[in-house]
Order: sequence, then C-alpha cells, then structure tokens
Amino acid sequence: MVGGIIAWLVSRANESFGKIIALLTVSTDLIISITLWLDRQSLLANTADQWMIKFNAPWIPTFGISVSFALDGLSLLMIMLTFFLGVLAVLTSWKEIQYRPGFYYFNLLWVLAGITGVFLTMDLFLFYFFWEVMLIPMYFLIGVWGHENKTYAAYKFFIFTQASGLLMLLAILSLYFIHGDSSGTYTFDYFALLTTDFSPEVGRLLMLGFLAAFIVKLPVVPFHTWLPDAHSQAPTAGSLILAGLLLKTGAYGLLRFVVPFFPEASVEIAPIAMLFGVIGILYGAILAFSQTDFKRLVAYTSVSHMGFVILGVFAFNELAWQGVVMQMITHGISTGALFILAGSIYERIHTRDITTMGGFWSKMPFMAVMALIFSMASLGLPGLGNFIAEFLTLVGSWSANKTLTIFAAIGLVGATAYSLRIMQKIYYGEARMDPHRTSRSLDLNPREKLIFIPMVLLIVWLGVYPQIFIETSKKPVTEGLKISEGKLKAPFHKQPDPFLSKKGGSHE
Amino acid sequence: MEDFLWLVPALPLAGALILIVASGKLSKSVSGFIGAGSVGLSAVISIILGFRFLEDSTIVIKQHLWSWFDVADLAPDFALHLDALSMVFIFVITFVGFLIHLYSIEFMHDDEGFTRFFAYLNLFVCSMLILVLADNLVLMYLGWEGVGLCSYLLIGFWYKEEKNGYAARKAFIITRVGDTAMAIGLFMLFQTFGTLTIQEILNQAPQALPMDSETGTIIAFLLLGGAVGKSAQLPLQTWLPDAMAGPSPVSALIHAATMVTAGVYLITRTYAIFELAPLAQQWVGIIGATTLLIAGFSALTQNDLKRVLAYSTISQIGYMFLALGVGAYSAAIFHFMIHAFFKALLFLGAGAVIMVLHHEHDMFKMGGLQKKLPVIFWTFLIGSGSLAALPFITAGFYSKDQILWLSLAGEKGNIWFFLAALTGAFVTAIYTFRMVFLTFYGEEKTHVSHPVGSLISIPLIVLGVLSLIGGFIELPHTLGHLQLFTDYMAPVVPANVLTSGIESSEWLIQLSATALCILGVGIAYFFYMKRSDIRAELKRSMIVTNRFWYSGWGFDQLYDLIFVRPYVFISTINKNDIVDAFYAGIVSVSNFFHDAFARTQNGVMRWYIMGIVVGAIFVLSIGLLFN
Repeated sequence: MVGGIIAWLVSRANESFGKIIALLTVSTDLIISITLWLDRQSLLANTADQWMIKFNAPWIPTFGISVSFALDGLSLLMIMLTFFLGVLAVLTSWKEIQYRPGFYYFNLLWVLAGITGVFLTMDLFLFYFFWEVMLIPMYFLIGVWGHENKTYAAYKFFIFTQASGLLMLLAILSLYFIHGDSSGTYTFDYFALLTTDFSPEVGRLLMLGFLAAFIVKLPVVPFHTWLPDAHSQAPTAGSLILAGLLLKTGAYGLLRFVVPFFPEASVEIAPIAMLFGVIGILYGAILAFSQTDFKRLVAYTSVSHMGFVILGVFAFNELAWQGVVMQMITHGISTGALFILAGSIYERIHTRDITTMGGFWSKMPFMAVMALIFSMASLGLPGLGNFIAEFLTLVGSWSANKTLTIFAAIGLVGATAYSLRIMQKIYYGEARMDPHRTSRSLDLNPREKLIFIPMVLLIVWLGVYPQIFIETSKKPVTEGLKISEGKLKAPFHKQPDPFLSKKGGSHE
Repeated sequence: MEDFLWLVPALPLAGALILIVASGKLSKSVSGFIGAGSVGLSAVISIILGFRFLEDSTIVIKQHLWSWFDVADLAPDFALHLDALSMVFIFVITFVGFLIHLYSIEFMHDDEGFTRFFAYLNLFVCSMLILVLADNLVLMYLGWEGVGLCSYLLIGFWYKEEKNGYAARKAFIITRVGDTAMAIGLFMLFQTFGTLTIQEILNQAPQALPMDSETGTIIAFLLLGGAVGKSAQLPLQTWLPDAMAGPSPVSALIHAATMVTAGVYLITRTYAIFELAPLAQQWVGIIGATTLLIAGFSALTQNDLKRVLAYSTISQIGYMFLALGVGAYSAAIFHFMIHAFFKALLFLGAGAVIMVLHHEHDMFKMGGLQKKLPVIFWTFLIGSGSLAALPFITAGFYSKDQILWLSLAGEKGNIWFFLAALTGAFVTAIYTFRMVFLTFYGEEKTHVSHPVGSLISIPLIVLGVLSLIGGFIELPHTLGHLQLFTDYMAPVVPANVLTSGIESSEWLIQLSATALCILGVGIAYFFYMKRSDIRAELKRSMIVTNRFWYSGWGFDQLYDLIFVRPYVFISTINKNDIVDAFYAGIVSVSNFFHDAFARTQNGVMRWYIMGIVVGAIFVLSIGLLFN
C-alpha cells in the first residue's frame, strides 16, 4: 500500500502526453485514495496514534533528509479532495485547451503531484521541495494558457508565493540547526522537530517565517492581491486548482506546522491573526460585491471564505478546527464549481463581464440550477456543506473571541449580497445578449453535467451527513490540539469570560 | 401512525426533487398532480396525527432519523419533535398549503415555469415543516434558511423583471440580517447550555439562567432579532410589502399564512428563555404594538390591493408579537391559526381578482365586482370581516379579542399595549373595508376577462368556512366561555395569568372593541361609498402624512441612506482594491530605479569616468569628514 503511494507520485514525472493518460492517472489516484478511506478503520486499528500509514526511506542521510510520507485522516481527506478536483480539472480542460496539450497536462499533473506531496510529506525539506513543485507548473499554467493579462498575473503569483516561501525556507533551516545544536542529530523529520525546544523569542521569529508562507497562500488580507489576478487570468482548471487546492495548502500548513510547532507564539499572535481573518471576511465580501468580472468576483469570495479558516485555526478548539477542515473541503468544491461555471460561460459567450450577461435562466436552465446551488453553498445555506463548516468555525471561535465572531457572522450578510448578485446579474433579468448569439441551445453538455453532478451530490452529502468526514479528521484534529496544548504552560482559553464567570461553569 | 411522521416533510421534498430532476419532461397536469398530491398526502397524515392530539394533547412524538454531526459535544441530529404546538403549525402548513397548491394549478396554468413553481412550492413546504418539527435549533435553522431561500426564489419567480429580482434579494438579505443575530444567539445558547436540543434547553433554562440575567437577556434579544427578520416586524419589516412581487399563491402561503409566522413560532418554542428575560419579553410586546400601528396606518394609504394585504399581515403579526410580549402564548398561536385561514383566503381572493382583471393591481381601477364574481366576493367579504374582527360571527373576532383582553388584563399587560391594540383594531376595520368597497362596489372600471374555475373557488370556500367557524373553539368568558384551544395548548406553554380583580371589566373591553370596529367600517363606508369628495379633500390636506404612510414610514429611504448606499459606495470605489495599489507602488518604485540605473549603463566612456570620479570624491570626502 505504501509502495502504491510512492509509485503514483513518482510516475507523475514521466507523465507527459494526452488527456486520456492524465485522466486515467488521476482517476486511479482518486480510486486509491478512496480505497484507503474505506479501509481507514482497519488502518487505524494497527496504530495507537493518528497515523494510518508511515513510510520512511533515507534520501540524503548526511543532512538528515529522508523521503518520509505519512497519512492521517486530515491528509487523507485532503488528497481525496485533490484527486477529486484533479479529475474535474482534467475534464474541464478537455475542450478548452487546444494549445500544446501535452505540456499542459504535464504541468497540471505536476501541480497535483506537488500538492499531494505537500499534504503527505513528513520531512520538512521535502515539504519545501513540494511547495516549490506546485508553484512552478502553476506559473506556467497561468502564464501560457491564461487569458489576456496572463503574464502579469503569472509574475505576480510567482513573486508573492516565492518570496513568502523563501521566508519559510529560512525558518525551516533555522529550526533544523536549532534542533541539531540542542539534540545532536540534524534532521528534517517532522516528528523529531516537533520536540525542539527554543526560547519564546526564537519561536516567535520562526513562526512568522512559516506564517508568512501560509498566509500569503491562504491568502490573508492584505496579502491577497495576487489571487484575483491569478484566478481571473488562469484557465478554468487553473482557477479550480488554485482555489480548490493551492489555498488549502496554506490552511493545512497552519494546522500541521504553525500551531503544533509554535503553540506559544501562536497564542500570542492569535488575536491579531483572528482580526485579520475577520478583516478578510468582510473585505473580501465587500470587494466581491462590486466586481464585474465573474472570475474576479469568485476570487474575492475565496478571500472572504479563507478568512474563516484563519479565524478558526487561531481559535484553538476542536469545533473550530473541524470547521476549518470542513471549510477546506467544501470551499474547494463550491468555489471550484463556481469557477467551472465561469469557464463554461466564457466558452459560450467569450466574456467574463457579468454586466453584459443576464436572463440566462431561460437559455440554460440546468446551468442556472447549478449556479443557484453553488451560490447558495457560498452564502452558507444549511443543508449544503459550507454551512457546517462556517457554523462549526463560528461556534468554535465564539468561545475564543466574541466580538470578532460577531463581525465574522456579519460577513454572512455580505456573502448573501454577493452570492445573490451572481444570480441576479447572470441568470435573472432580461436577456441582454444579442439575440442571435444566444438563440441556440446553450445549456450544459453531457461532459459538463458529468462534472457538476458529482459536485452537487458531494456538497449535499457534506451538508446533511458530514459526520463520516468529521470522524475521519477527528483524530488528527484532537491530536494536533493535544500536542500543541502539551507544550503550553496553561491550556488554551484562559481568558476570563464575562458570561461564564457569572454562570459559574462552562461546557468544556 | 407515529412512525410516519418523517413522511410529513419527506413527501413534499420528494415531490420537489422529482419536479426538479424531471424538469421540462413532465406535462403540466402531472407536475400539478405531483406538487399538490405530495402536500395533500402530508396533510392527510398530519390530520390523522392531529386526531391523536385532540384526544390527548400531552403526548409527544419523537423521531430520530440520523445523526447530523458530532463535534466536541455539539451533536445536533436530524430528529423530529411533534407536540401540541408544532401540531398546530404542521396542520396549518400542510392543510392551507394543500389548498394553495390546488389553487395554483389553475392560477399558474398558463405560466411557462409551471413545473419550476411547484418544485419551489414543495421545497418551501418541506423546509417549513422541518422548521417547526426540528428537535434542535440547528435543524430548525436549516428549515429557517430553507424557507428564506424558497421565499427568495418565489418572489423572484418572474425573473425577467428586474424589480422582482430586486425585491427577492431585498427579502433574502434583510431576513439574513435577522438570521445572523439568531445564529449568534445559537452560539451563546450552546456555550451556556452545552446543547442545542430545544427540550433540553427548556428544561435546563430555569437552573442555568437566573432570572433577569445578562446572558439570558442577550440571548432572548438575539432570538428576537431572528424573529423580527422573518416575521417582518420593526425594524426589519421593509421587505414584506415588496415581496408581493411574487405570484399571489406565494404571497398567500409564504408571506401571509406560514413563513412570516416563523418568528412567532420561534419565540413560543423558546418561551422559557423569554420568561427568564422580562426585559426582552417586554420588548417583544413593544415591537408588536409599534409594528401593528405603523403597518396599519401604512395600509390605509396603499393603492395596490396586495400591498394593503401585505401591510395588514405585518400589522396582524404585530398582534401576535404583542400577545407573546404579555405572555399570552396560546392567544398568539390561536391568532396565528385564524390569521392563516383568513389571510390566505384574502390573498387568494385578491390574486383571483387581479388575474381576471388582466393583472390590474390598483384598487382605484377596480370596482363593481360583487355581481360579476360572486364566489370571490362573498369569500373575500368573509375574510375581510375576519380581518376586521367583525363581532360574534367571524373567527378573527374571537382570536383578536383575546389578545386585546390579555394585553390589558394579562399579568404583563398594561394600558399602553391595550390602547395600541385597540387603535390598531379601529384602523384595521377602516382599511379592510376601504379595500372591500373600492374593489367590489361602485362602478365597474376594468372589464372581467373570464370567470374563475372550480380549483380556485373550492379553496376559497373551504378557507371561508374556516374563517367563520374557526373561532368558535375558543370563546371568551362573557360569551359562553369555551377554552378548547387554550386547554389544547396547555401542555406546551404556560397558561395566561390575569391581574387580579380585573375580570369584571371584560365585557367593557369587548364592547369598546366592537364599537370601534363598527365605527371603522362606517367611516370606510362614508368616505369611499358616500362622500368621495370629502375624502379627496382630506387626502389633499394631509398629503405629507399620506405620502409618509404610503412609503411605509420612510424606513426604506432611511435604510437606503444609511446602509445600502454607503455599502455600494465603498464597494464600488474600492473595486480595484486599494491594497493592490501598495504593491503596484512597489512595482513602480523598482521600475523607476531600474530605469534610472539602466540609463547610467549607456556605453559612453566619459560617463563612466565621470561616475568613477564622482564616486571617488564622495568616498574621499566621507573619509575626511569622519576622520
């Protein structure tokens, strides 16, 4: 089984030709990851901790670098999402990409490989390696197959993420040396580095290094401006992967590295981080409202939704963290679907400007229903997955910080405003397009239906029966919190609570 | 039969799914059959369940369907809870809903979105049933948002009109403001109680929350926030008049009979919290009293038949809130039920009138319809009588009289509540009969296109009968003293407590209400039937007030000014994202230096020599200076 994981990762490198090979590879990976998921009970039964599979082979032993992978519920969910969206990405590119398809799919698969690596690796050097692996092909995806302003967008994306990534590399190296100095063994191993001791000042600096990479990727306002450009210029599959997966690596990094490595520094920075999360929620929502480019609009909704992630991560409790995990999955699906919609519309009318659209409901009823479902998901309608995510996050953050939670909840009203605007401008109203251009049947074709139907089923499943996913990530979440809490002198939530103190008890 | 409880919401859901999946492939008669049939079956089940409750209203039927999610003690389930209170609601929702579905088959027959309409309507019924049957607040919130979505979809049903889309968004966004308050309320409840199951909260509330505590009061106000949003009470009432852009059956079902009373349900359901927060409860009453007056005066000045009814709905829900505020829960629910009958009737009647008059909404262009449309006329008259609370014969009299009486005599009542309710009753009588006289009497101004068919008449007649006899299950002390409904509700809500020594004056209050009601009808008759010249003059002399009332007391303009415009302004002005300007700044600074330095590299020897010389001088002088 472990060999399988490695094999599929390495085989990526040889992958170069044709959408069929791409589709087959990613589907195989999807099936493997689903099989793993179905087996999770038996896999977990063998170990005492959260890790289902561990794989370790020395790579450059001199520097303590090894090829180390490990799989727990959290990474399993993430790679399932990766391959699910990966299959969809290949399918959306089916017709869209005519220019040098071989190289395109090569890049696409390399991005997916990088992302998978990020989610699986337990060696920090390798982690950085994969972090870069997903960056460069993405640069090409935007720069070569993008829209009118692609070069600018690609540069911007590259510089933002590269610069922040270098800060992380610095932090990784310092951690490596600090650990080496104190313990005598120089290693990049995650588990070894978890036990590193350092002074609070050093911890603070190192944490900022990691944080920089992750919050740029996430992105947190004010480091978000690469995102609207990259999203709107990337090809559909590029936007899908960017929004659905790349942003999630930031969130994953926060959960996996920042908090367990530096709990003390995280607690110190928590109020500020949460504040930025809330600013992101509101700022993204306000900006999304006025965008006229469909893909830019969706990009700003991502900024808004990712605000919930950082709010939840720094609330340090199980509710919020589960909310974050759910948010990563559901946002991947719902925003991905909105980008695919934008792509489908672009294929039909060759514009992304929503002011020129309108009245599409009668022309493409199936697509309109899809758009309705996913814009409702985006505004957090209960019964769809995003509600579970946001509700859990907010319940969790409520016990950490009341004022900020209230403002975050107000963001839901903003979400309503921009989501309904999507529906209004594109599908409601009078048909504004030239009649002869919109006269033929424009509704989704079977291939596109094949893309959307699984997404709808999944988002509804996540909305009405998320327990099965929550259970999968339960152990990683609680363990992650336990490790972090173990390093602290006092447990999380020491701040006095006006309501609880009056009542004289708490639900904890 | 209890085991089939889940079918009550599941049937309409199944109907909706079939209609959505098979959209376009079904004939209209099949769509109509599925749409109405599924709700009809639900109605049959709930009526059978209802008989069980009539025998013994203390029973509680619980059904656990599946666990929703379970994280750190927060474990809401998909579980249903049926007690006497939710029984009343599911009866009204399925039964009135079924009648409205029947009516819609004829009403919407020529619409191209026929199937879509029934899909939405079924989905609405399902969400509303989940709302009232939910055993925990998270599931209730699911229904709560679900009805909001359906309301949005149905207001904007005729999506080609820009203004319908606007009205739909307005409704969704404004109610979402209330919902957000409610969501925060849920967070606080969870933190305080560690559970969101309604019955557990009600049981623990007296121990967990001391009387008049800060937490309890805040929670109650937040729940109230949710309630005023959905129920279109002050200050979030402005969406309802615009919601009339939807088809008339929608106005009847959603914006009169069921969804807008969700707030009443919420407060009644969580009464224990309001009982522990007297301040919040008092505010429920104040909001109710103010709203019923404001909306009543607005209704006086409207020209659009459906807007009159919309304002009257706001006003009548104000009565229910007033009743909740004085702790008269069963009176509020009683009025809810009677109101559902007569207001659905009025909206359906109005819809039929508008349909046969070629979509004419303006009452001043109607008239003389009592001969042409006898069924509609008589049923509409019954509905109006019930709305105006015509004494003794109409159901509305009995339900409203109880609220009037308890607003004064109830333990938490006071003279101001009573005066507001009494004035409201007077105004209601005037605007109701103004509407009747303008629409059905006088000369015919617009030609009637065709008579209505039986699918429209039958629901009207059934609702008309209910609006007449529905009140006889609850009679005041002075008139026979029958308390079937209060007794029925007794297991789920606290009984009405009267201030001592006031019982004797009940007849006086009834008499004054009766007198004012008849006076109101008389005034309407005088102005609109006899002396329209005086009316015109009066209108001219009060033109400012008139306009103010017509526009709904300027709330729309106010919100537009302080919320909508600033938001749109900030959003538009910052469309290009101010933060990006910072990064663009960095780019241009580096570009500038790049250009500047690039220019020095020009391949001309004397420039380079000059550079070296200047540099040498510079270094030397620095060396000298700091030596």
